[in-house]
Amino acid sequence: METVWSAKAWATVWQYRATFLNGLLNTLQSAVVGLLIAMAIGFALGLMATGSVKGLRMFARAYVEFFQNTPLILQVCFLYYALAYSGVKITVVTVGFISLGLYHGAYVAEVVRAGIQSIPLGQFDAARAQGFEYTDTMRYIILPQTAKIILPPMINQVVALIKNTSCLYIIGGADLIATTYNFVTGESTGGAYGPAYLVGGVLFFCVCYPLSMIAGRWERRLKERDAVKPDKADAKEATA
Amino acid sequence: MEQFMQDLRGSFGILKNPDVIGYLLKGLAFTLGISFCTIVLSVTVGAVLALVRNYCTKGPARVLRRIASAYIELFRNTPLMLWMFICFVMCPAPSFSKAFAEMLGFTSTVAVKTLFKAIVAFTLFTSAIMAEIIRGGLNSVAKGQFEAAYAQGFGTLQTMTLIVLPQAFRNIIPTLLSQMITTIKDSSYMASLVTVELMGCTKLIISKANSYNGTWVDRFNRGTIHVTDVFVLFGFAFLVYFAINFTLSCFVRRMRARRRA
Repeated sequence: METVWSAKAWATVWQYRATFLNGLLNTLQSAVVGLLIAMAIGFALGLMATGSVKGLRMFARAYVEFFQNTPLILQVCFLYYALAYSGVKITVVTVGFISLGLYHGAYVAEVVRAGIQSIPLGQFDAARAQGFEYTDTMRYIILPQTAKIILPPMINQVVALIKNTSCLYIIGGADLIATTYNFVTGESTGGAYGPAYLVGGVLFFCVCYPLSMIAGRWERRLKERDAVKPDKADAKEATA
Repeated sequence: MEQFMQDLRGSFGILKNPDVIGYLLKGLAFTLGISFCTIVLSVTVGAVLALVRNYCTKGPARVLRRIASAYIELFRNTPLMLWMFICFVMCPAPSFSKAFAEMLGFTSTVAVKTLFKAIVAFTLFTSAIMAEIIRGGLNSVAKGQFEAAYAQGFGTLQTMTLIVLPQAFRNIIPTLLSQMITTIKDSSYMASLVTVELMGCTKLIISKANSYNGTWVDRFNRGTIHVTDVFVLFGFAFLVYFAINFTLSCFVRRMRARRRA
């Protein structure tokens, strides 16, 4: 820990600042692509889970249970090894995109499902009575109403996804955390433990903290609004 | 096809090897042991953090509240892997005796030290999550409970330990159990540092699969690792993790459904 006060260690970190920046960019890249895949999978599965086709409902359930109940590291390793030993040429980065997308897809699916199920059934009936088809019902009536419920847990998922990019270290990924570790244990750069961990950690925190804070505030506001007693709300309306 | 079936038979042969399966089951025992230790330790630390963050609101004690909040936010917004790496390099560890290492099945005391550091990192990280869960439980206890306890002449400590905490914990049992699933999953992060738990053990066996799957001839012909080895061995690990966590998650779901009713 003494190295935090060592000017020389800080100088080494500063000299290799591009390495850290590159690690951060890799982390963000994995997170963004992983998120896009997770969203696509999550919305598809969420709609399947709330739909009327039994086979699709069961598929969505099985997918979510499998991916939520096994470790991400195991999934990452399996995908990487299985492809490598069957002779498929694939980069670590691509494996990262796919496995992060598949894993978080299961969590996004649960968020979407909970959002859709929070909408009163009357809304579906009303839409059908007005002659809306399934896709139009979802697009114009249901999904817009779920947005405010879905968003806070969705942002929390984004934070979890950014944190989980560090899993890729096990297959030799070059995300921010792996970069930091390789830096402090590297032959030519080793030793600058304090400053390097501080820089890596602070960079990570600066990305995640604002997101968590937004999600937390939003959630609290939703809860406060729901906590307003119905009779009080009625009274307010009456005086308005 | 013929070749594939033969490979597959060889791969299943690995799991039938008593040494291998014994090694993997030992890994499983470590996964469960590490998770258990981490949960017990982090519920304790988390409870302290939660109480401080929630109730140290007056006078100089507010400094403690600031510290607890900062701790929780810091650990919730940085990855577990970072703390594992930090502890791996910087965390001081007591020197364990050779006998203790052998009792755990290690040949060197260095591995025990690494395991110790990894558990420290794991506990530091999980405590922050536990603190937020417990805080949720504390907030769910009605204000009247505090007032009633004080009216009966209970002191602050008694109110907390006898009235508030038991109710808070009862309210969060389902959430704590689902955090247990996360902890069992997260214990696999250790595979990046030290080979003790199921994930690390499975990975090690795969890297040596050529000497178990029947292709190994002599020291000049090292044999080959087939893709079926990867499927069978990781498949085994998937199955074990899934069996444990799925059972837990079914349990949690039933508990939640019963409470809602």
